[in-house]
Amino acid sequence: MPFFCENRQIVTPGDVLAEGDYLAGDNTFKDDERVYASRLGLVEYKGKKVQVVALNNFYIPSVGDLVIGKVVEVDLHGWTVDIYSPYKGNLRASEALNRPFRPQRDELSEFLDVGDLILAQIIAFDRTRDPSLTTREPELGKITYGQIVRVSPAKIPRVIGRKGSMIDMLKKETRCNITVGQNGLISISGRSREDERIAVLAIQKIEEEAHTSGLTDRVTEMIRKERSEIA
Amino acid sequence: MPKDVKLVNQKGVRTDGRKLNELRPFKLEVGVLHNADGSAYIEQGKNKILAAIYGPREVHPRHLALPDRAILRCRYHMAPFSVEERKSPAPSRREVELSKVIREALESAIFLEKFPRTSIDLFIEVLQADGGTRCAGVTVASLALADAGIPMRDLVAACAAGKADGHLMLDLNDIEDKEGEADVPIAYMPNFDAVVLLQMDGQLTIDEFKEAIDLALDGCRQIYVLQKEALKAKYIAIKEEAEEVEGE
Repeated sequence: MPFFCENRQIVTPGDVLAEGDYLAGDNTFKDDERVYASRLGLVEYKGKKVQVVALNNFYIPSVGDLVIGKVVEVDLHGWTVDIYSPYKGNLRASEALNRPFRPQRDELSEFLDVGDLILAQIIAFDRTRDPSLTTREPELGKITYGQIVRVSPAKIPRVIGRKGSMIDMLKKETRCNITVGQNGLISISGRSREDERIAVLAIQKIEEEAHTSGLTDRVTEMIRKERSEIA
Repeated sequence: MPKDVKLVNQKGVRTDGRKLNELRPFKLEVGVLHNADGSAYIEQGKNKILAAIYGPREVHPRHLALPDRAILRCRYHMAPFSVEERKSPAPSRREVELSKVIREALESAIFLEKFPRTSIDLFIEVLQADGGTRCAGVTVASLALADAGIPMRDLVAACAAGKADGHLMLDLNDIEDKEGEADVPIAYMPNFDAVVLLQMDGQLTIDEFKEAIDLALDGCRQIYVLQKEALKAKYIAIKEEAEEVEGE
C-alpha cells in the first residue's frame, strides 16, 4: 500500500504517510520502510518524495539566507545579533565595514549599537558553531526606516509565493518596498504610513490563512478594498 | 480500605457515573498562550492543566548545553489553589519526581539530536487537580510540543488504569486513586507501540497487572485520536471560513 493520506491533507506528528520505496522529504522521517510525519502540516506527494509543509516551525540558519536581526551585544571584534532562531548570529567587524577594521581606532557602537535592526546574509553555519553573518553587500546593513512584521518562518514560502507571485503582487498593490528575511521577519517601507499599514494587514492575513487555497486572489481583493476605503 | 467507602455500585457504575472502562470527558485546546512558542490546555474530568513550550533556544546557564543534542527541561507544578488544602507553591518531592518522569517520557518522542546546544523548556501548570495529573500533563505537553513546531516521532498519549473496590478500571480519579488498591499510569506512542512511561503504585496480581496495562493502552489510543483532532481543529476552522468566503 503506497499512500495513506490525500495530497494537502493536514497530518500530525506520527502519522504514516507512505510505505515502501519512498524518500522522506522535509518534516518527515523514515523508519522500517515507512515514512512518518514529524511535524503538524500538510502532506505533499511529489513522485517518490513525500514531504510535509509545516504549519509552524522555527528558523534554522542556512548558508546564503537573508535574515533580519536585532543587535543585542557589541563585542570586541563585532556584534552578537538575535536572528530569531535557536542560535545567535555573529557579525564580525570585518564583515560589516567596507575597509580593514582597526581595533584601536574604530568604535564599533558608532556603526551598529544594541537595538539596531540589520539585514544580513548567513555566510557560515554548522552544528558546532553559531551562524556567521555578513552585511558586505550593497543592499545589506542597518535598517533605518519602515516597519517590521514577524511571522512564523514556516509561512515565508507562502509570503513569497510560487516564483515570487505573492510578493510581486504585494509590492505592486501596496506600493511598498518589502524585504523578506528567511527567519520570518519582514521589513516594509512605503511612501506613507497608510500604505505600510495595508501591507502589514495583508501579510498577517497570509500568515493566518497560509494553508488555504486561492490566497493570492483573496489578498489582492482585501488590499484593493482597504485602498478604496481610504481613497 | 474502610468498609463504608463504596467506589463501584452493583451495576458496575463508579462515583462519577462512569463505567469501568470509560475515560473521563476530555476538552483539548491548542495554542492558548500568545507569549509561548507553543501551548495547550486540557480538561480531563475535573483536571485543568496548561502546558507551555519555549524554544528551542539558547541554554542558560550555558554549561548545561550539550554539544550533540538539545536538552529538554520540564517543570511540573501544581498551583496553590489546585487542591482542597492549599499547596505550598514551592516544588515538592512529588513534583520534582513527576517533572523527571514526564521529561523522560517526552524525550523519547522528540528529535533532540537535530538541535544541538539548545534547550526546550516545558512548563506544566496544574490549575485544578483530580487524580491522574501526570498522565494529563504528558498528554497536554505533547500537544504543546507539536504546536511549537518541534519535530517528534509521534504524539505521546497517557492514561492510567488501576484497581479500586476490587474492580479493574480505566482513568482513575482522585478518590479512586487514594482509596483504591492500585494505580498504573502509562504513557504511550501508539504508532510505534512504544511505552515511554510506566509506573505502579499499590498491589496487583500478575494477571491483573497485564489486564490493567491492556486497559490503559486502550485508553491511550482513545486519547491519541482526541489529540489529533485538537491539533487539526484550529487550522480546519480557518480553512473552512476562508473557503466559505471564496464560495460567495
